[in-house]
Amino acid sequence: MNRRFKSLAATLSSVLLTLFGLTVLTFLIGRVMPVDPVIAAVGDNAPEDVILRARTEMGLDQPIPVQFLHYVYQLAHGDFGMSVLTKNPVAQDIVRFFPATFELATAALLLAALVGIPLGVWAAVRQGSFTDQAIRVVCLAGHSVPVFMLSLISLLVFYSALDIAPGPGRQDIIYDGMIDTVTGILTIDTLIAGDFDAFRDALAHMAQPVIILAYFSMAYIARMTRAFMIDALKGEFVITARAKGLTLATVIWGHAFPTVAVQLVTVIALTYAGLLEGAVVTETVFSWPGIGQYLTVSLMNADMNPVIGTTLLIGLIYVGLNLIADILYRVLDPRVK
Amino acid sequence: MLVEINNLKIGFQSRTGLHQAVKGVSMTLGTEKLGIVGESGSGKSLTARALMKLLPKQTVIEADKLAFDGIDILAASEKQMRSIRGKRAGFILQDPKYSLNPVKTIGSQVAESWHTHKGGSRRQALEAAIMLLEQVKIRDPKKVAAAYPHEVSGGMGQRVMIAMMLAPDPELLIADEPTSALDATVQAEILRLIEELVSERGMGLLLISHDLPLVSHFCDRVAVMYAGHVVEELKASELLSAQHPYTRGLLNCMPSLIHPKERLPVLTRDPEWLK
Repeated sequence: MNRRFKSLAATLSSVLLTLFGLTVLTFLIGRVMPVDPVIAAVGDNAPEDVILRARTEMGLDQPIPVQFLHYVYQLAHGDFGMSVLTKNPVAQDIVRFFPATFELATAALLLAALVGIPLGVWAAVRQGSFTDQAIRVVCLAGHSVPVFMLSLISLLVFYSALDIAPGPGRQDIIYDGMIDTVTGILTIDTLIAGDFDAFRDALAHMAQPVIILAYFSMAYIARMTRAFMIDALKGEFVITARAKGLTLATVIWGHAFPTVAVQLVTVIALTYAGLLEGAVVTETVFSWPGIGQYLTVSLMNADMNPVIGTTLLIGLIYVGLNLIADILYRVLDPRVK
Repeated sequence: MLVEINNLKIGFQSRTGLHQAVKGVSMTLGTEKLGIVGESGSGKSLTARALMKLLPKQTVIEADKLAFDGIDILAASEKQMRSIRGKRAGFILQDPKYSLNPVKTIGSQVAESWHTHKGGSRRQALEAAIMLLEQVKIRDPKKVAAAYPHEVSGGMGQRVMIAMMLAPDPELLIADEPTSALDATVQAEILRLIEELVSERGMGLLLISHDLPLVSHFCDRVAVMYAGHVVEELKASELLSAQHPYTRGLLNCMPSLIHPKERLPVLTRDPEWLK
């Protein structure tokens, strides 16, 4: 009990330390960037006294440590400042944009894991065979062809030429504003509204970006699964399992696979974090109104508050997913206790 | 005859050609205890694994006869092999630290063995597993059944392995150096346990070992292997007074507490032994 408490305390303190580092880093980004937030807010042509007044109002005439404390105080109250571009509080913007990314990332991760893990296991079992080579080529292509290229080709072929896929965006324009936002996740909101046409439309719009993102992540998951499984299949306990007279499927999925589950959790958590931080390129190509697009547009317009806000969010996601992975280790591998 | 091996050859294909590791081994085994001794690399384990068809796919196995209870192993399908493995022939590996699945409880691993060949519900299987753990003289079988392999000692792990392999009541037990990874004091206990259970159940035992005195003590017959050949086969009781120069050489290499030697002799190998 005592040992468990200690390891919990160690995990929590490392999380807190990471969060502190994250606030310092984002604070510094705001100061180091060669962008004057005052000019960005009031414009280039504002008279001198307006600029001075704005500077005082924004607290930028204070010493740096005071500014930092003020920053932490604001963060603690969920205040990320205002976005110059959208004229909304950043927190509100994030609440609006994040669900779109969440929906895309989660669907892509599920697809990637459901295809990638079995493919990786299959390749490992048939190591060196034609199947293994074929899977390797498919994965290599998925990991090396740039996502924007796949996205553009996909749009060109399926939307423009064949016209079997919907164009960019999350939904057709006729459903715009028709669905009440409850969760922000369109597939769920349309179901809550009971509008199945809108639901189908949302799914159709997701198909291309989800498949392209999933292909990229699947390639990584399959490659790692293959490597882990090849190692596991060399274990003596696999011989034991076979000597017991178990079927090949039980030996693979019942004995070898559970031993690599822990390693896979890390891979999947990191893949998920990567997807959640906003597939910037994919979101841009598909005009997907997610966090990645929000970040890019803000960055290009020197709108620093959203940049810092989303950076913090992405950091939080990483820390959170690592924490979850840590907890899952303890559940999945009895040796970790 | 439970096991008949005639002129068994095992080789590995590599870029430079076929490398023979076992070069024509013959032996038979009934309801008795046969020991195989020999140096590392003499082909003991390969012979045993070939009998269960547990070698990697790229291994080249040939034999005039390789049979378990009259079933031709070389021609047997995976499905036929599964009805032999575990069910009719158990296989105990060297080190329980590696041969037990690290992320499954001991109880579930023993129960799986029982359940696979005897059917029944999961609950019955777990109860049977606890009974089996008791049979291999584990004091608190319920507690051990709930534990994971890394939580028990090597000796205890090997008892678990024995329980697991005896669960479906096989007719043959193959033990591939079952005590090499254990402490000296535990080794004797484990062997006594194996001997007891094998005699009680009237099973055949194939015991692979480096330990000559131990084999001479526990087995009925001994086959001495050298470089992929059986160079000598004799009654276990005669092992310590064996005549073959290789066996004599092995015996000479053993350090003795009573007559300590300044230096242990090194085997002088004679190509004649392979004829």
